[in-house]
Amino acid sequence: MVDLEVKIGGITLKNPVTTASGCFGYGLEYTDFLDISRLGAIFTKATTGEPREGNPSPRMAETPMGMINSVGLQNKGVDHFIEHIYPHLSAYDTHFIVNVSGSTVEEYVEVASKIDVLEKIPGIELNISCPNVKEGGMVFGTDPVSARKVIRAVREAYHKTLIVKLSPNVTSIKDFALIAQEEGADSVSLINTLLAMAIDAERRKPLIARITGGLSGPAVKPIALRMVWEVAQAVEIPVIGLGGISSATDVIEFMLAGATAVQVGTANFIDPAISLKILEGIIDYMERHGFSSVKELTGALEI
Amino acid sequence: MNQIIGKKRIEDLEVTGNKWLNEDYFVLTLRSEEILPDIRAGQFTQVKVEGSPETFLRRPISFYDVHPSSREIRLLIRKAGAGTKRLSALNKGEKVNMIYPLGRPFSLLEGNRFLLVGGGVGLAPLYLLGKELHRAGKEIVFLFGFRSAGQLFDLSQFKDLGELYLTTEDGSKGEKGLVTGHPVMEQGWDAIYTCGPEPMMKVIAAVAAEKGVPCEASLETLMGCGFGACLCCAVETVHGMQRACVEGPVFNTKELLW
Repeated sequence: MVDLEVKIGGITLKNPVTTASGCFGYGLEYTDFLDISRLGAIFTKATTGEPREGNPSPRMAETPMGMINSVGLQNKGVDHFIEHIYPHLSAYDTHFIVNVSGSTVEEYVEVASKIDVLEKIPGIELNISCPNVKEGGMVFGTDPVSARKVIRAVREAYHKTLIVKLSPNVTSIKDFALIAQEEGADSVSLINTLLAMAIDAERRKPLIARITGGLSGPAVKPIALRMVWEVAQAVEIPVIGLGGISSATDVIEFMLAGATAVQVGTANFIDPAISLKILEGIIDYMERHGFSSVKELTGALEI
Repeated sequence: MNQIIGKKRIEDLEVTGNKWLNEDYFVLTLRSEEILPDIRAGQFTQVKVEGSPETFLRRPISFYDVHPSSREIRLLIRKAGAGTKRLSALNKGEKVNMIYPLGRPFSLLEGNRFLLVGGGVGLAPLYLLGKELHRAGKEIVFLFGFRSAGQLFDLSQFKDLGELYLTTEDGSKGEKGLVTGHPVMEQGWDAIYTCGPEPMMKVIAAVAAEKGVPCEASLETLMGCGFGACLCCAVETVHGMQRACVEGPVFNTKELLW
């Protein structure tokens, strides 16, 4: 038996395969397809202080080996999460990490504080990288001063594992990873989606109502991999890699580049059971290459 | 409101038939190795299209017909883009990966006389609905619109279930004009069901609202996942933004803000 355990801050994951925020609902949407308790963790849909309707439709476009979305943080708010979703989560033997978003520093802090007292939630992922809202989201994650401010405020209010989700829509992503580390984050996850656009040439119209959105899927993987590599070189805290992961080989690549754990995102839409197939593939790779602990893969790129 | 709480499955189904009805429309028949789940009119499947980077996501397709005894389902598909083109080229014996059954079906509304209005590929779920209503002993009338006679295909299986009226925009078959102007719309109906191009459905919904007749419409929207996770297919309703793949694709038109 290979050892699959990894640690992110104070959380011990039974394996490094987790599912990405916005791509896996609250996990409950997937229970017909797989045993979600076998996952290392589930990163929930973004949660804000107040309920949000999200953006107008159309919200998505299919692009070569990927998709652009502009959902805009549609969710029923943190109080709804606590009252109606959280009670269902204890039936599953995995970690639920709540993705926290907001328009203002105060809103981020409010949501984080309310999640802090939930016994079954061991950590949050601070979403300072959503490209699909006018205020908050990526506005924080692309400006070093704002990023520092919101991470610092949330760090003061939140006492468990704090993961900061980084935006790739910056010149140097490692600068933001370093800010997160300096402000006491336990981990960084990257990348969120890449700001993108799609046009219908025949109709001469944008394919997405808000014109731009976030690109995800295998199309972004090489960029994500490069960014994980850069960040892992720069920080001491564990890096969670994501961006287009669709196979066990993709996960191995992210781990070799320096990721401690990974998130499977858009691939869940095409094959809702893919995360566990990926897990099986990792075990197979480890056996073939003689790794006894998955931790040995992190940063094991031979140069 | 009928709520189907069946388990969704991912399965490779075998192609047992793939037949062109005309230049644009084809019927794909697929067989499951297992007993079919309860599949209701208006529900859909997310079909995986193998073969090109442009067909990255699954294609949501309504059920056209279901045969539990032979474990077969049929899908009526219009060749529109790369994905449907690939599906049209599938041969007998090939496997197709599907997630099904998905979405909220049409509900059995009160009454005995129902009008089913369709356009284009929107005919698909209306056939299965027609079968359900026919089985329930209801009187049904179909009203279908096409651009021209060249788009038509054999509609005899619909005629086995009820009367059928046709309109074509150029008058090459049936009444000239749009379904929305057909006199049968003016008769007293207990409810109207519709599936087709959105502008058509909007007019049908408006007529129904004016006459105080309940109306359900099945929406065709872009979808990411098809099972409620991505929130990409959201439509504006009186209850806020709702997922066409879970709260729909069938909506009571009173709920829609379109």
